Amino acid sequence: MAPGGSRVDIDPGLDYSPRTESGTRFRHENAGDDPAVSVPRTIRGRVAVAGVGETTYYQHGQAPEPEVKLALQAILAACTDAGLDPRQIDGFASYSNDRNDPSRLAAALGLPELRFSNMQWGGGGGGGAAAVGNAAAAIAAGYADCVVVFRALAQGQFQRFGAAPPAATVAGEQALTFPYGVISPAQRFAMRVMRFLHDHGIAPEAQRAIALASYHHAQANPRAIMHGRPLTPEAYDAARWIVEPFRLFDCCLENDGAAALVLVSAERARDLRRKPAYLLGVAQGSEYRNAARGHNAPTYASASFTTVAPHLYAMAGVGPKDVHVVQSYENFTGGVLMSLVEHDFFAPEDASAFLTLDNLIAPGGRLPLNTSGGNLAECYMHGLELQIEAVRQLRGESTSQVPGARVAMVISGPMVTPVSSMLLGTGDAL
Amino acid sequence: MNAATAHLPPGLPRPVPEPDGLDAPYWEGTRRGELRVQRCRACQGWQWGPEWICHRCLAFDLEWIAVEPRGRIYSWERAWHPVHPALKGHGPYVVALVELPHAGGVRMIGNLLGDPLQAVTIGAPVAAVFEPHDEASPPFTLVQWRTMS
Repeated sequence: MAPGGSRVDIDPGLDYSPRTESGTRFRHENAGDDPAVSVPRTIRGRVAVAGVGETTYYQHGQAPEPEVKLALQAILAACTDAGLDPRQIDGFASYSNDRNDPSRLAAALGLPELRFSNMQWGGGGGGGAAAVGNAAAAIAAGYADCVVVFRALAQGQFQRFGAAPPAATVAGEQALTFPYGVISPAQRFAMRVMRFLHDHGIAPEAQRAIALASYHHAQANPRAIMHGRPLTPEAYDAARWIVEPFRLFDCCLENDGAAALVLVSAERARDLRRKPAYLLGVAQGSEYRNAARGHNAPTYASASFTTVAPHLYAMAGVGPKDVHVVQSYENFTGGVLMSLVEHDFFAPEDASAFLTLDNLIAPGGRLPLNTSGGNLAECYMHGLELQIEAVRQLRGESTSQVPGARVAMVISGPMVTPVSSMLLGTGDAL
Repeated sequence: MNAATAHLPPGLPRPVPEPDGLDAPYWEGTRRGELRVQRCRACQGWQWGPEWICHRCLAFDLEWIAVEPRGRIYSWERAWHPVHPALKGHGPYVVALVELPHAGGVRMIGNLLGDPLQAVTIGAPVAAVFEPHDEASPPFTLVQWRTMS
């Protein structure tokens, strides 16, 4: 890998099919029948999303309800969607230090018992897919039977993400950055993207296409905050800089709301009312010394997926060409750009040619991206709205449907550590 | 130099050493006009940011070396939107991520001094400018950068 480069080279000849611990390929129909065949160490086909739910999405600070009430409403909505009695929930998983802890939720919902409560380490939205993976692992391992993944945000009631904390003094990592005006997430990540754009000669229009795709899809989505507020290329170009290389529309919204998914075993999901969205694979983590303090990650110009993405494809048994639709977390458009490169959808040198609005929109684009509007234009539900949209695509219910979508990817929270990504599929994809 | 001549306006968060003392030698060094980086006594490997253990050989035997305060721009950004009350009305400023090739390629963050609208070139050589804040409690010194002609 070139110094500063971040491209992960996925061998086109690589066999992506799942393998057992010993390295031999397994066949699902054999697993479990023969005690000599080890249980496959994969989530592929074993767990499904049975229901999804969200509250109304609100402008930042405009939620009329307390945050925990939003969380409860989203959880109940997901259960209604699945056709499950909420009292069957026996576990919760979330990320980014969600304030609504599982024990309180279990008490509030009168759950007969709580068997799994899980928080994915790390701030930002990098834990969105990992939380689904953690919930699924609990189900596959028998720790719990019905696990809810949720995220609730009413930032007006608490501290904003995008604003500086009020501390007068800072230590550690922050001492190396805050006194120089590197404070907000945009300021923290801009130099990663600047280096990547420089290394590969990528034009500003590549980031612009990502923003335009989200706004385009939001116009079809009545849930979207930016529904009825289209974005033109001219308006993008005329918008103010936040921090170069990010203009205003390269940056995510801040919103209030809550979202939830309910997961059960694949077998149980087949008996429920909605078409199951099966997990094909989940991977989380980051590269060698990603968290080296003061922007010293060796693979700096990266969305942090260079080691994660190959694990995801290997577990799912698919390659990038098998993916029909992608939901990729937009904290900043440059992070989406690097995420797509690291998941091998195109080489960095091809980014400017690949990232055009036509290529990124449903129904006919080469890689329909963020088909609900995502963090930029549907709602900054900390990325969990992306998981819900992936499920809707597999059900054929998106407001910007990709015809016949059978495999959907979700990429969570680029440029933080740990990050995570996941692949979902219909029954036909198993 | 004091806060009145600092590159960014007063009121931004002030750096203090960590309670466990990990980075105290770095901040003590800046007060003396030294740019200190960790180096492992066992394997001679450079390390930054600071940690208690050498990530290469796992020895708990790191020393602090004052390195030549020069480098080259590895990446940069120009911040426009004021995210802190102290920055309201200040206008844009440039941040540089500076690579130190003579210290294992470790990187330092600072402001790039001079015209905030200057063109910035990745790879350009830069030299450190120590910016003392003697009036602060406790006093501290930032490490800024200027391009070398």
